[in-house]
Amino acid sequence: MAEVLVYVDHVDGAVRKPTLELLTLARRLGEPVAVALGNGAADTAATLAEHGAVKVLTHDAAEYAEYLVVPKVDALQAAYEAVSPAAVLVPSSADGKEIAARLALRIGSGIITDAVDLEAGDEGPVATQSVFAASFTTKSRVVKGTPVITVKPNSAAVEAAPAAGTVEALSVTFSDQATGTKITGRTPRESTGRPELTEAAIVVSGGRGVNGAENFAIIEALADQLGAAVGASRAAVDAGWYPHTNQVGQTGKSVSPQLYIANGISGAIQHRAGMQTSKTIVAVNKDEEAPIFELVDYGVVGDLFDVVPQLTEEIKARKG
Amino acid sequence: MSLRIVVTVKYVPDATGDRHFADDLTVDRDDVDGLLSELDEYAVEQALQIKENADDAEVTVLTVGPEDAKDALRKALSMGADKAVHVEDDDLHGTDAIGTSLVLAKAIEKAGYDLVISGMASTDGTMGVVPALVAERLGVPQVTLLSEVSVEDGTVTGRRDGDAASEQLQAQLPAVVSVTDQSGEARYPSFKGIMAAKKKPVESWDLSDLDIEAEEVGLDGAFTKVESVTERPARTAGTIVKDEGEGGKQLAEFLAAQKFI
Repeated sequence: MAEVLVYVDHVDGAVRKPTLELLTLARRLGEPVAVALGNGAADTAATLAEHGAVKVLTHDAAEYAEYLVVPKVDALQAAYEAVSPAAVLVPSSADGKEIAARLALRIGSGIITDAVDLEAGDEGPVATQSVFAASFTTKSRVVKGTPVITVKPNSAAVEAAPAAGTVEALSVTFSDQATGTKITGRTPRESTGRPELTEAAIVVSGGRGVNGAENFAIIEALADQLGAAVGASRAAVDAGWYPHTNQVGQTGKSVSPQLYIANGISGAIQHRAGMQTSKTIVAVNKDEEAPIFELVDYGVVGDLFDVVPQLTEEIKARKG
Repeated sequence: MSLRIVVTVKYVPDATGDRHFADDLTVDRDDVDGLLSELDEYAVEQALQIKENADDAEVTVLTVGPEDAKDALRKALSMGADKAVHVEDDDLHGTDAIGTSLVLAKAIEKAGYDLVISGMASTDGTMGVVPALVAERLGVPQVTLLSEVSVEDGTVTGRRDGDAASEQLQAQLPAVVSVTDQSGEARYPSFKGIMAAKKKPVESWDLSDLDIEAEEVGLDGAFTKVESVTERPARTAGTIVKDEGEGGKQLAEFLAAQKFI
């Protein structure tokens, strides 16, 4: 059976959920061989094996933390040459897309980014993408070289599929380009204790109608009752009320949760691009003409400062 | 020695228009108004700010696209760029990201550069990989997705805000930079800028000027193929209620019925 290379996104050995989703997709195409790099690489093996990795290629070097992107491209290329896979799958993060693109160029392959589904086809993997602010769905194929495809979070279920997960050391020689861009400082994000925006089952967002950074407390209170992530529209982020890392939309994150609750968000195209594939959409907005109401399964025309706290209290009461 | 800055920009269909696909499954550029990709305005802005802080610098704006793409160049020139290069060739129709990076890299080399600045992604294709591909082809550092950028004494520094951490980056010129929409509001062209732009030079190059064969680009030269396109069905109309004092409770009832609570 053909082998499929899966690039592992992990933090000090803790594998992030989108990588486990990639293993589910990789198993549709062949036998997953995982590539884990940097500090804690070998610690990823047990989790990856549980989810279907037949082999885990690992390598650690200071370069991965000290220089941007290129050392990881060198390593993924080494893995590609060692394995000769049928496809290479990479999570659609900022680093992931750049790593995948540079690898594709080096190995003479095409690249598809931000796939939301992947199936085996007669002529190689077929990738589904959601385009033009999610108003169209396309199916595409890489037609030259070994397909290199990046996949968005939440594109497949995480499935247990125990496999050998044999750890093998990968041999990597860094290129001249590897040390071109130095990472001179790193400030980790402070944990909010809430789920990752792109991985959350429920997202509660606030927009212009929230009208101030301090008022986001009522959005957060609702999110915490639901165990949800907090999102923000571009208007709220540009106004400085909430961090850019929480922005949902064309220039922020795109999310596809089971439930999306939009509060005080008009629903401009920039925002819709990031959330309109959500399964269930709910909105609270004062303006009954707001375009967000065209998307909703349930909408409340009203003042979010009345409706949202009442909703939060009601959920609390129902939980008993 | 003058600092040579090349800004790569894309002419895209207006995101607020009714965007769709042509019969050959490429982006339809005829039925929707085009414009300079909003995300590239941030690249032009940062280039102009770097120029303003340098002793001597020149900003060239570069695009690859059809005849109408000149509009995007004009906009960048009216914002303050010094000159423009338009790579235009019928054989470019349908070129993918790998092919686009080839054309851009060849044109950047021909123009001469110390610093390339791009936007974080186009607003139509939204891949966000072209700056990394151009850096790979040019063999120079990529300093990408910056929310803050500065250039001093032949060194570019900037801040890359990732999901897990915010990173400070540093590289020697020549380099390829991309900037996000957090890098600073783009200026509006002034009336004076618009008038001045009409007199600024716009060079036109075709594939033969760049020693690129037609087979290397275009729909036939593409490394990827779109096999089908389906319009997303409109969402079925939902229930809308007016808050008469019980809106929060009604919403809770809906969420409970859907088993979210």
